[in-house]
Amino acid sequence: MELLFTDDQLAFQESVRGFLQKECEPERLRKLWETESGRSPEFWAKLAEMGILGMTAPEEHGGLGMNEVDLVLVLEEIGRAALAAPVAETVAVGVPLLAACGSPALQAEWIPKVVAGEAALSFGHADTPFVHDAHVADLLLLHAGGRTDSDIAVHAVPRGDVTLVHEPGNDPAGRLYRVEWQPSPETRIATGAVAGTALALAFDRAALAAAAQLVGIAQQLVDLAAHYATQREQFGRPIGSFQAIKHMLASVQVRVEFARPVLYRAAWTVAEDTAERMVAVSHAKAAAAEAAILAARTALQVHGAIGYTWEVDLHIWMKRAWALDVAWGTRLWHRARIGRAVLDDSAAPSFGYSARA
Amino acid sequence: MDLTFTPEEDAFRREARGWLEAHVPAKPLPSMDTAEGFAAHRAWERTLNDGRWAMVSWPEAYGGRGVNLIEWLIFEEEYFRAGAPGRVNQNGIFLLGPTLMDYGTDAQKARHLPRMAAGEDVWAQGWSEPNAGSDMAAIRATARLDGDHYVLNGQKTWCSRAVFADWIFCIFRTDPESQRHRGLTFILVPLDAEGVKVRPIAQLDGETGFAEVFFDDVHVPVENRLGDEGAGWRVAMATAGFERGLMLRSPARFQSTAARLVALYKDEAEQADPALRDAVVRAWMDAEAYCLNTYRTVSRLMSGGSIGAEASLNKIFWSELDVHMHETALSLLEARGQLLPHAPDAGNVGRWLDGYLFSLAGPIYAGTNEIQRNVIAERLLGLPKA
Ligand SMILES: Cc1cc2nc3c(=O)[nH]c(=O)nc-3n(C[C@H](O)[C@H](O)[C@H](O)COP(=O)(O)OP(=O)(O)OC[C@H]3O[C@@H](n4cnc5c(N)ncnc54)[C@H](O)[C@@H]3O)c2cc1C
Repeated sequence: MELLFTDDQLAFQESVRGFLQKECEPERLRKLWETESGRSPEFWAKLAEMGILGMTAPEEHGGLGMNEVDLVLVLEEIGRAALAAPVAETVAVGVPLLAACGSPALQAEWIPKVVAGEAALSFGHADTPFVHDAHVADLLLLHAGGRTDSDIAVHAVPRGDVTLVHEPGNDPAGRLYRVEWQPSPETRIATGAVAGTALALAFDRAALAAAAQLVGIAQQLVDLAAHYATQREQFGRPIGSFQAIKHMLASVQVRVEFARPVLYRAAWTVAEDTAERMVAVSHAKAAAAEAAILAARTALQVHGAIGYTWEVDLHIWMKRAWALDVAWGTRLWHRARIGRAVLDDSAAPSFGYSARA
Repeated sequence: MDLTFTPEEDAFRREARGWLEAHVPAKPLPSMDTAEGFAAHRAWERTLNDGRWAMVSWPEAYGGRGVNLIEWLIFEEEYFRAGAPGRVNQNGIFLLGPTLMDYGTDAQKARHLPRMAAGEDVWAQGWSEPNAGSDMAAIRATARLDGDHYVLNGQKTWCSRAVFADWIFCIFRTDPESQRHRGLTFILVPLDAEGVKVRPIAQLDGETGFAEVFFDDVHVPVENRLGDEGAGWRVAMATAGFERGLMLRSPARFQSTAARLVALYKDEAEQADPALRDAVVRAWMDAEAYCLNTYRTVSRLMSGGSIGAEASLNKIFWSELDVHMHETALSLLEARGQLLPHAPDAGNVGRWLDGYLFSLAGPIYAGTNEIQRNVIAERLLGLPKA
């Protein structure tokens, strides 16, 4: 038993953080907002060079063959940097889903391109109406049919074969689409129980990736507010010396800190596909979203009116927090899922406490 | 990261479970805040020690098993699962014990740790004074060096279990000229020493769970000093770190409460207000989060890390969680939530009320949650002092 990252995992996190700090300067992020796609192909290529796009790809396709435990810290940094690129969609969800369901030929066609930074993926699930970054995804992995084994399926559809309806959202960096498409036997890559299992896992991977980003965003918001509180003076002293400010921020830090181990454990349950996966992922998403939403509200309050402006960068992270909060299941949705497992079924086990001897 | 238990850890769990099943008293012991209950709890500590389960993480020489902190957590899980009695010597084994390991001389360790593990010496903590609560550096009780003795004078207060305890660990001002954190010294005092007077104080529930302790020219030998003269603050902060950070409130305590809350919800589900369902789920989630965070802390400690100001995050989290769980339980019980355990219609409901009262002390003792928030803001987030 060990709830700890390896030195290698932590070192990679550090290097990703340094890289993203340089590449995601708020000024650059704002410039992207003004572009039509909101995304930068050069930057996508750099992510490939860093090895991030190949993290989850099988080694036989040139990837690193890593799992969610390796990835979770990177996703946290992506949240902290408010990166605008479909890394979660491609690396956390798309590649594993393609590797699980795609034919050898389809995998050989697409995964090496992803690793090389020449293609992006995205994922659409029937439980969520929008597909993130569908406009830059070269291949869309889509849920067709209902929920039962008789009609459920996964399809891999090239972007050229779908119609995208852009749905402008509150996050200026977000790009949401409703996807109109027709399932066909040529695009179908999995059916029945295989498809059902794969889609449920993909949904959990998406929720986990959102949770990881939310933890990074929450910490960034606390750090921004704490920094501002040491600079801004009123009544002749820094506002951070006022206890009301201190206590608000300390309360947020408590929620952020206790979302972390929950997130890491969820990453492990996904990597190992254990029986506790759904409860662990829901816990991570609900706890991370709660921390991030509280962080956003508190950071805004600490900033006062300046935080309410378009010009100050705070809203980059606030809006990402609000967007991810409602993506891949709201807090209530996830707590309800935990509730069914803990209160209705034969009681989900408690970590450690319920261990069998 | 590997979140499975090793075969050795499983074997340890089986051994602990087997022993506890065979030895935990079938009926709950009377309250440890009564003479009878205190004696029963002391006898239980002796039983634990006879099985070498009193403090599993201590070295064998002091009555432990020398197991690692993961195994200590496993033991705690089994302990709470088994519904074993509360630890009457918690101030000793969880707070003073680890401090003695770090700061005590070999002679002090040999003298105190085995008797502590055996429940022969039950310890109280004497830090707070009437005018030194949160502001502990305002301590006024004095220790004057006189040859090979210290002479103690002054008053301590709110000392848990001091009514029946044998020893007390205190902080005194040894340098009368000193200010604040300097000039304080950590001293161990037998409560039966001449000149010590213990005056019980009734708590919210009417029982005398804590006491005032008066010192009137009490003589204790210099060997009773823990750490250097004048280093009392530093030693005390190490103790407080164990208290807030790890030892005092192991996660299984809250997971077992959460499990009882889940069971209560299932019993009441048909008539319960649907809004309470989410409150129960949140309680369960936070108990799990506290557990996972403790496993993270322990993993870090075992690979050479240390606990610093994060202990303050912990203390806020567990104390607020405990209040939330008990409030939720009382809401589920509706009108029965106010019944005392012996009320005819109370059934087993009275425990929740007791637990609720005690949970409300959590945000106060071990450093109030406001003080913890100050520590987090200043030491973790870098905000300026007032
Ligand atoms: C059940 C129980 C058991 C206890 N057991 C022991 C024991 O065994 N040994 C022992 O030594 N002590 C014990 N204590 C005492 C405990 O350590 C003190 O109660 C605690 O340190 C707070 O001190 P105080 O009660 O004097 O409150 P005060 O310090 O007077 O505080 C009152 C209120 O003011 C707030 N406050 C004070 N200073 C600040 C500040 N700087 N910023 C913001 N808010 C502030 C506090 O947070 C609190 O809300 C126990 C207390 C309880 C309730």
